[in-house]
Amino acid sequence: MTHDFVQNFPLFCIILTLFSGPCCMILRGRWARYVNLGVISAVGVMSLFVLLDVCARGGSYVYMMGHFPAPWGNEIRVGPLEAFMALFFCIIMLLSMIGGAPQRLRKIEASKENLYYVMVNLLLSSLLALIYTNDLFTAYVFVEINTISACGMIMICQNGHTLEAATRYMIMSLLGSGLLLLGICFLYGLTGHLLMSNIKEAVAQLVAAGTYHAPLMVAVGLMCVGLAIKSALFPFHSWLPDAYGYSTVSSAAILSSLVSKGYIFLLIKIFYRVIGFDIICNSKIINIFFVFGIAGMMFGSISAARETNIRRMIAFSSVAQIGYIYMGFGLGTGMGVLASIYHILSHAATKSLLFVSAAGLSESSADSRELADLTGAGYRNASAGMAFTVGALSMVGFPLFSGFISKILFAQAAVNQSGKMLPTLIALALSTILNVIYFMRAVIVIYTPLRSIPAERREGYRRIRMSTYPQITVVFGCFVLLNLVLGLMSQPIVELCARGLGMFG
Amino acid sequence: MSVGNLSANYQEAIAMIMFAIGFSNLLLQKNLIKKIIGFNIMDSSVYLFLALKGYIAGHHAAIVTDGVQSVDAYINPIPSGLVLTGIVVSVSVTALMLSLTIRLYSRYHTLDLDRITTEVKKGGF
Repeated sequence: MTHDFVQNFPLFCIILTLFSGPCCMILRGRWARYVNLGVISAVGVMSLFVLLDVCARGGSYVYMMGHFPAPWGNEIRVGPLEAFMALFFCIIMLLSMIGGAPQRLRKIEASKENLYYVMVNLLLSSLLALIYTNDLFTAYVFVEINTISACGMIMICQNGHTLEAATRYMIMSLLGSGLLLLGICFLYGLTGHLLMSNIKEAVAQLVAAGTYHAPLMVAVGLMCVGLAIKSALFPFHSWLPDAYGYSTVSSAAILSSLVSKGYIFLLIKIFYRVIGFDIICNSKIINIFFVFGIAGMMFGSISAARETNIRRMIAFSSVAQIGYIYMGFGLGTGMGVLASIYHILSHAATKSLLFVSAAGLSESSADSRELADLTGAGYRNASAGMAFTVGALSMVGFPLFSGFISKILFAQAAVNQSGKMLPTLIALALSTILNVIYFMRAVIVIYTPLRSIPAERREGYRRIRMSTYPQITVVFGCFVLLNLVLGLMSQPIVELCARGLGMFG
Repeated sequence: MSVGNLSANYQEAIAMIMFAIGFSNLLLQKNLIKKIIGFNIMDSSVYLFLALKGYIAGHHAAIVTDGVQSVDAYINPIPSGLVLTGIVVSVSVTALMLSLTIRLYSRYHTLDLDRITTEVKKGGF
């Protein structure tokens, strides 16, 4: 395919997902499901072409929307990192949607099933727009679309827990987006631009002239805090355990591995493409990220260790992983941000695997989510048990799997930083120990023989063979493969991310 | 930072005070309807701020009238466009929040979010 045609693909992806959302509204549940899977696959294939094209040409390009030149028109910017993220998000979303399908079909009312796919399509559209956009206000609008569709995904199976969680999620998100919007308005008032590249030039001039330092820092601070609230950095995580713990499994997998990562990716773009990474590093903002990141790592792991509900335990572990990512930003080096980007990938691949396999384990144990009731679930549902074990090992940071590489990258990034080396390494070690405590406890429970619990509690337990849901077994295989690829062949991926990050600047 | 600056830009200062009022209401109120009102105050204050940034004293709205095409006759139209976009966003978010509130009220017969949380924890589906 010619380069000129492939250049249009990022826009096609956004438009296709945006318009297929409303189309799902008039379709019946089953057809809407096919449309949804088809759209995600199509976007994945297009992103792959974009990635190959960008890598072959060895550069990034800016796509003008509507042929209006720079200061007036809206723009899309495509580089290797953006294209790779889009491809990766599509893979995770596709696997989560297929893996969660049986439970989703049981839990969601048949008449409302198509509405779920409306939300998923809009969510993918907003994620792609957040990845590709070169315009801050467009980013804000898609942040709101992302929030609304995520809220819809939480409350699709309506019970008290999900409604309350959705309300709390909305309130926290609205606080975050209010701060983000105010930050963008401040920056617009200071620079007079909304396109990222133009703002960066204007900010460089402001810094060189030494004027308006305080308003600039206020604007940066507002945007950073806003996005940190939205991506559930400790202590803004109160909505997270309920939202991930009680929503349907596809929602939990997609929310934890993609939605919060979309905001973090936007934050990285703001660091590099809007303000300039040197200015961010010279401000004190990264130290705040560092402290709260480490606090989140500790608090999330301790809460997870005290939790007896397996879904809530995995959700609290997400709080800890978000802490890792912000700690990487807090190091204030390119290496740190690179480690954070790799952790985004490895966490997305692992956490969705854990949520989907935990749902499989619950299903074989009378739909209970309590750890005590899951005794022996690894024997009743062999594929889910193995998948959960792989996910747990990866989260702990066992060599071979993706979590190990991201922890190594964090440690390497910290070694060059004299002041922050010791706290980072201690936090990594402590959080690894805590991870071992709660994940290995869960693995031990699911492989404890059933003899140890009384017969009357085994009611509703059933055996789920690999052939019962062949598609889920395939999904587990893909997830495990993805984890192994990220864990064993990390070098080319790290290089790709580093090259893409270099082109951000 | 002098008092003179503050009084010259009193409109922006009012916008910021409104933002603080709206933000703290959204964060601290227990009543869901009051939270939604707080959210609307917060967003309106941002729109006021944006509109002020685009306003140039003595200039007209950016609609070409009587064939005058000089830039000096009109205000900056971009912030006005941003305000319109923002209003669309906040209207849809308000609608979603109100629908959530209705659902919660019909289930628990209260608007107090803390009491709803207690009810949910008790297992009242």
